[in-house]
Amino acid sequence: MTTPAPADALLSVEDLRVHFRTDDGVVKAVDGVSWSVRPGETLGIVGESGSGKSVSAMTVMGLVPSPPATFPSGRIVFRGQDLLAADPADLRRLRGNDISMIFQDPLTSLNPVFKVGDQIAEVIQVHEKVGKRVARSRAVDLLGEVGIPNPRQRASEYPHQFSGGMRQRAMIAMALALDPVLLLADEPTTALDVTVQAQIMELLVKLQQDRGTAIVLITHDLGLVASHADRVLVMYAGKVAELADTETVFYEPRHAYTYGLLGSLARLDQRRTELLTPIPGAPPSLIRVPSGCPFHPRCAFATDVCREVVPALVEQDRAGHLASCHHSDQVAGAANGEQAARAAEEAARRTTALGEADTRPDAEPRPLRSDHP
Amino acid sequence: MGKFVVRRLLQMVLVVIGATMVLFACLFVIPGDPVGSLGGDRARDPATAQQLRERYGLDDPLPTQYVNYVGRTLRGDLGEDYRQRRSVNEILAPKLVNTAKLAAAAIVIDIAIGLFAGLIAAVFRYSFWDVLVTITTTLAIGFPTFVIGILLQKVFALNLGAFPLFGMEAGFPRAYVLPAFTLAIIDAALVARLMRGTMLEVLRADYIRTAFAKGLSKRVVVLKHALRNSIIPVVTYLGISFGTLMGGAIITETIFNWDGIGLALINAIQQQNNPIVIAVVTYSVAIFVVLNLVVDILYAVLDPRIRLE
Amino acid sequence: MATPDPNDPFPAPTAAGVPGTAVPGAPVVSATPSGPPAGGSVEPRTTSQLTDIRRRFFRNRLAVVGLGLITLLVVVAAFAPWLAPHDPLRQDLTNTLAGPSGEHLLGTDVLGRDQLSRIIYGSRVAIVVGLASILIAVVIGVALGAVAGYFGRFWDSLIMRVADVFFAFPLLIGAIIIIVVVGRGVLPVVIALAVFSWATVARLLRSSILSVRESEYVEAARSLGASRWRIVTRHVLPNSLAPVLVYATFNVGTAVVATSALSFLGVGVSPEVPEWGNMIAAGRGFVGVADYLWIFPSVAIVLTVLGFVFAGDGLRDALDPKLR
Repeated sequence: MTTPAPADALLSVEDLRVHFRTDDGVVKAVDGVSWSVRPGETLGIVGESGSGKSVSAMTVMGLVPSPPATFPSGRIVFRGQDLLAADPADLRRLRGNDISMIFQDPLTSLNPVFKVGDQIAEVIQVHEKVGKRVARSRAVDLLGEVGIPNPRQRASEYPHQFSGGMRQRAMIAMALALDPVLLLADEPTTALDVTVQAQIMELLVKLQQDRGTAIVLITHDLGLVASHADRVLVMYAGKVAELADTETVFYEPRHAYTYGLLGSLARLDQRRTELLTPIPGAPPSLIRVPSGCPFHPRCAFATDVCREVVPALVEQDRAGHLASCHHSDQVAGAANGEQAARAAEEAARRTTALGEADTRPDAEPRPLRSDHP
Repeated sequence: MGKFVVRRLLQMVLVVIGATMVLFACLFVIPGDPVGSLGGDRARDPATAQQLRERYGLDDPLPTQYVNYVGRTLRGDLGEDYRQRRSVNEILAPKLVNTAKLAAAAIVIDIAIGLFAGLIAAVFRYSFWDVLVTITTTLAIGFPTFVIGILLQKVFALNLGAFPLFGMEAGFPRAYVLPAFTLAIIDAALVARLMRGTMLEVLRADYIRTAFAKGLSKRVVVLKHALRNSIIPVVTYLGISFGTLMGGAIITETIFNWDGIGLALINAIQQQNNPIVIAVVTYSVAIFVVLNLVVDILYAVLDPRIRLE
Repeated sequence: MATPDPNDPFPAPTAAGVPGTAVPGAPVVSATPSGPPAGGSVEPRTTSQLTDIRRRFFRNRLAVVGLGLITLLVVVAAFAPWLAPHDPLRQDLTNTLAGPSGEHLLGTDVLGRDQLSRIIYGSRVAIVVGLASILIAVVIGVALGAVAGYFGRFWDSLIMRVADVFFAFPLLIGAIIIIVVVGRGVLPVVIALAVFSWATVARLLRSSILSVRESEYVEAARSLGASRWRIVTRHVLPNSLAPVLVYATFNVGTAVVATSALSFLGVGVSPEVPEWGNMIAAGRGFVGVADYLWIFPSVAIVLTVLGFVFAGDGLRDALDPKLR
């Protein structure tokens, strides 16, 4: 069951299925997934390893080789063209030019035997008829733009001479060299130190503001998504669990998996004695996906129907909020309940604190320092 | 980079010194009459024996002998051939050139066939070509050089008469074909396997995925990005194998009566003409060591990660 | 086999039966970061590592063929006296250069000796020399390589310099020197080959140890308080020895070829010993006239070498945890 993509969507993935034929069976890496991105917005795709998030992005770029992959159904519509059915030459024209992708490990993603500047210049020269020198100088400018000091010198260096953060910046420079309208970022910060992570995300935000690029941010890090995504797509076992704008997903989840994910996060407003509630079990093998709802073996809300019937992706309380859970109401209730509980706690705590201060009417404001004589 | 070269040069010198020690030990120290092993049949006669003794300073203490030996070798004086009383260098120089010509032809075959075959096999994995290359290279390794030589001789020279049976008289290229192929086949097979394996590994790398993501065509990705990386171990292997071709050359030259230093070695052994034996071995070792140095430098040139430590 | 690697732009179709190759590596579906790693829906299997290795080896058809050829060689060598129809040394000058016949299945040579018997007995020389030389090379190489790799610094430099010296000699040339000095025969050939093979083993083991020593699972063991000895025997050695084992297997084949090459050139085993190289050298003069003289020993060599090459390949694939 797919919902029609919004008319102003830049890219829309419709009922995409990507299956791999292997010796042990068919691996259903992506099994009926739909999402879309509007110009300039940031869509976060979250899920565990093996949820199919990377594969769907790579399929957009046409980087999934076909055998062994097959595409039993689906369309990927970009500017009115179905990328899945497109001519390879057309696809190549788009890559790096209109749609770019950056990957997780910047060290292995850059060719070790070519200079960084040359690699960036290469993407320019592939798509535009410019000479080597011009491309090279644009590459230097780009390196400067992504915050690499001494860009002229750095452009003549090799990837192994860069630090991890710098390499990722170079990758970003390469990806945005031709001002694509869409950037797919597959775990761009996972391989980096925490402090560098923040810097890279900051860079991406700034570049997005400057250029109006839409970003699809693929990650398993919910915190990242919370602070940078406009909308969130939660994937599980190759299917869409939930799709909504960020606030809704975090405060009003309707899928048991989303609820479980959020519950397993450590939160600052948690009481210290409260236990983390991890989701029991492990993600399923994509060859033997559980019947019905793939999440049911690990789900606290599961009932018989969950084992038998695959839940459809339906609209929830408001437009644009989709979830595929038989018990979305229960989940909503639980989430609300928790919210209510936390809100009550907060209120109680605040009143106690305030109470002490305000019981004495018309009291003189207590001095902040005690002046003992 | 300069430091790197200097360091390797020093290492090379050490190795050569060590190798000469080994040679010296073999010939002079291992029990047996050194004069006997030096002089062959002629040395039995006491007068000649004494002459040789004095000439080669065999009555001197061992360390002195060794130093003299090394000194003479480094100066390029490898002694005189017994029979012809000519400087060994004089005799061997032209033969060395012949062997080098053969080895060069073999390397060309290695590159043309081996590298190319390996590349095709990797890029079109599991295709007919890949299977063909994999099977033939695996089989080729099992055939010793001399079997290949005799086989080629029989089929192409004897039966088909397309090429001369042996000797260099027919000149380039006809005389070169059979010996060069004999010398090259096993190496070419190894090069093909190495190229295929390296290429397969490189094609799985993340930076290849990035190259595609930039919109490069498959041809550019393979011939520019992948090849540049996979060629590194192959080139270094080729460099070393030029040295080992010296070993294979012995067999090939024997079979095809090719007037090179390998054939000279075998003949010298049979005639107990030891100065030639020592000289050929010294040449081989020296060439091998120099080639190793060249290969190391080449590796640094090709791989910036090594160069810019 | 979990999800095939989507990064592999040139992957296999259903990769099952291509001989000697393994399926490309794949990222394994990992446990959720927010939950305890439990069995999930994959049945847990408690097989030991050795069983896994054995299983992988036997699944590889070429490797099995190789093993079969090696076994054949060993059996023929062991039971030569019973298998050979004639005495390999017995000359019969009335029946020289006879083609294959009922009496002499593979013909007779220039001295009337039965070729088949000589080939059968030749397997003894091949296997003895091949195994012995490599065994010695491995023992020396492992010992020295281990010292160099584990104790580092001074020992490392010293041993590696010495190894470099031996590396400077191409195998055939080095072996020839030793033979020239010591004389021909089986023992000299064994020693000659061993002397110029140990260096590669040492270097291999050393680099293996160096990489294992710094690897994370060794650090983990150390941090758990494992004693140095335990680390060496349980962690470092088994993993470092794998490449050496593979190399050794391949090189028994190389040693057999080298032996026959040396004999062919006249600097190997003594000329009357039934050895394949010797036989080919003798048959060389009769190319085109009595081809059976050199063809059959050649086949024997090829089969033997291929046996070790296939088995070596199979061993390498079986030992490699990345299933390349």
